[in-house]
Amino acid sequence: MTVYLLRRISQSFLVLVAMSMIVFIGVYAVGDPVEILISPDADQMERERAIQALGLDLPLWEQYGVFVWRALHGDLGRSFVYNEPALQLILQKMPATLELAFGSMFISVLIGLPLGMYAGLRPESPGSKMIMAGSILGFSLPTFWVGLMLIMVFAVQLGWLPSTGRGETAYFLGLQWSFLTANGLSHLIMPAINLALFKISLVIRLTRSGVRETMLMDYVKFARAKGLSPARVTFVHVFKNILIPVVTVVGLELGSTIAFSVVTESVFAWPGMGKLIIDSINVLDRPVIVAYLMIIVLMFITINLIVDLLYSALDPRVRLEGKA
Amino acid sequence: MTTTLEVRNLRTHFFTRAGIVKAVDGVSFTVGRGKVMGLVGESGSGKTVTGFSIIGLVDPPGRVVEGEILYQGRNLATISEEEMRHLRGNRIAMIFQDPMMTLNPVLRVDTQMIETVLAHEKVSKEEARQRARDALGMVGIPSPDERLKSYPHQFSGGMRQRVAIAIALLHRPELIIADEPTTALDVTIQGQILAEVQKLAANTGTSLIWITHDLSVVAGLADDIAVMYAGRVVEDGPVSEVLDRPLHPYTHGLIGSVPSRNKRGEPLRQIPGMTPSLLKLPAGCAFRTRCPRADEACLADQPLRALLPGRQARCIHPHLDEVPA
Ligand SMILES: Nc1ncnc2c1ncn2[C@@H]1O[C@H](COP(=O)(O)OP(=O)(O)O)[C@@H](O)[C@H]1O
Ligand code: SF4
Ligand SMILES: [Mg+2]
Repeated sequence: MTVYLLRRISQSFLVLVAMSMIVFIGVYAVGDPVEILISPDADQMERERAIQALGLDLPLWEQYGVFVWRALHGDLGRSFVYNEPALQLILQKMPATLELAFGSMFISVLIGLPLGMYAGLRPESPGSKMIMAGSILGFSLPTFWVGLMLIMVFAVQLGWLPSTGRGETAYFLGLQWSFLTANGLSHLIMPAINLALFKISLVIRLTRSGVRETMLMDYVKFARAKGLSPARVTFVHVFKNILIPVVTVVGLELGSTIAFSVVTESVFAWPGMGKLIIDSINVLDRPVIVAYLMIIVLMFITINLIVDLLYSALDPRVRLEGKA
Repeated sequence: MTTTLEVRNLRTHFFTRAGIVKAVDGVSFTVGRGKVMGLVGESGSGKTVTGFSIIGLVDPPGRVVEGEILYQGRNLATISEEEMRHLRGNRIAMIFQDPMMTLNPVLRVDTQMIETVLAHEKVSKEEARQRARDALGMVGIPSPDERLKSYPHQFSGGMRQRVAIAIALLHRPELIIADEPTTALDVTIQGQILAEVQKLAANTGTSLIWITHDLSVVAGLADDIAVMYAGRVVEDGPVSEVLDRPLHPYTHGLIGSVPSRNKRGEPLRQIPGMTPSLLKLPAGCAFRTRCPRADEACLADQPLRALLPGRQARCIHPHLDEVPA
């Protein structure tokens, strides 16, 4: 186990280094922030001073060296725009995105798992056919459009839910969270559902095919041959087996949910990392872009590791020792 | 002879897109108390479906369409699912063919055994665990206390089949349906398990339906056998008589294809051809296309006829003329 963890961590470190290079070069290639940041009527002297202050006069590899050196000291650079440490800027926005992502995951499992179970156990029933048709909509309707529709119906016409911002927040672990207040929660619900839509469909389909496959297994028939109640067969023998792929996929989806919450955050003016990154890309605020991407990479790596650990906890056949 | 189970004219059909598959089509047999009934036939002859029909586990598109399964004066074909569930694993247990697939991979062995005890008896969890441990010990699993905490993948195939047998024995059932329980195991283990089951069944007075495609397995084990071909019983009777003097050409062929001591040196005679598809059975006798004795008379449907005392066969030209081998 320890060997496994150490190996995974060193692998992760290599991935991080490789990604930092790719990100750095990629961002460098995107465009020159000088044109955007420095007012066109600044004279040559001012321009050069600014370029020097931002460290943009150095050659690429030297800029990268400086970046790595500082990153090792916990400094991912200062935002060109806000003149604040990029890391701090992003971390401030992180709780908003995290609660949105976790909220939507929670919703997708809460809704997707029971519907998928039902559709798997009664594949021929009209209810199941409706669920499956609904899941196709969930896959194919564009997120922003559904977001706008939700706002139209629940905020504008019915006036049930607020459509923008985080609402009231409360402090927990020194950070601000919306889900801890009733008002904040009412702000969170719509964007979370919007972001969950695709994943609900994913969980439904995954669960359904898992159930159908598992129901055909000999061990399910044997469980029935033992005279177990249908409930025990379904909720212990079948359920524990389908939990494995569902947990894996939902866990792995968490990373992309965080990374791609951009659209939902824009539609609902949710002040999270996604909104920050869109703004930063618009003004080519390189340190923020790089820091954001590095954090996302780190997050993916961590999530994968946790999913692997969970997976081995759920499936006794998987042993993490040494190999992998 | 007191009977444990009597199957009368059982028909189990699968309603598939390609047509109606008559997997079991008019099967009758009787299992005496404490007796071993060998159900023999090539793969695809309907043995497993017969077993599942008895314990009410035929899944759609399949259905028991006709017949009676008489157990203690009740017809299992018509009782409610809830009543059937109380018999399954309790009074009638089943052991499956592939031990690698029988146990749930994500549940510990104790979980899978204790739940079986608790499904049919109101006892404490601790007592259920004791029963599970005793059952494991009974089927020859060393240090059962530790093994209870293991997952199935930590057992070999032979050991897993022993666990499945232990589970079947938990409630001392009246009848165990053993569906080729040794086919997937290697020969030494096969022998051990056969001996073990025989001993256990004799000790507990349990009746057995022993399903196999291997005549040499039933030879030393069964009291009676029924030979199945294409969903029907083509011959039945006491095992020694059937093996000594097979009446049906199919049984004859099966015996000829078993390697044995007194025929050493002779080439094995395989039955020519293949089991026909159940969707395209030849009219009349289903064995017609492979039978060395077939003629026009075989174009008519053959009933199961009593030919000798206690012996029946479904053939118009049975091997009655020959002297016993
Ligand atoms: N689910 C099913 N759908 C359609 N046909 C089936 C199904 N299960 C079994 N059968 C048919 O029933 C026949 C008998 O199968 P089975 O009882 O498993 O044979 P055996 O156990 O003698 O090898 C096979 O020919 C098979 O095609
Ligand atoms: S009835 Fe005819 S074809 Fe069928 S087994 Fe007898 S001899 Fe062969
Ligand atoms: Mg079979």
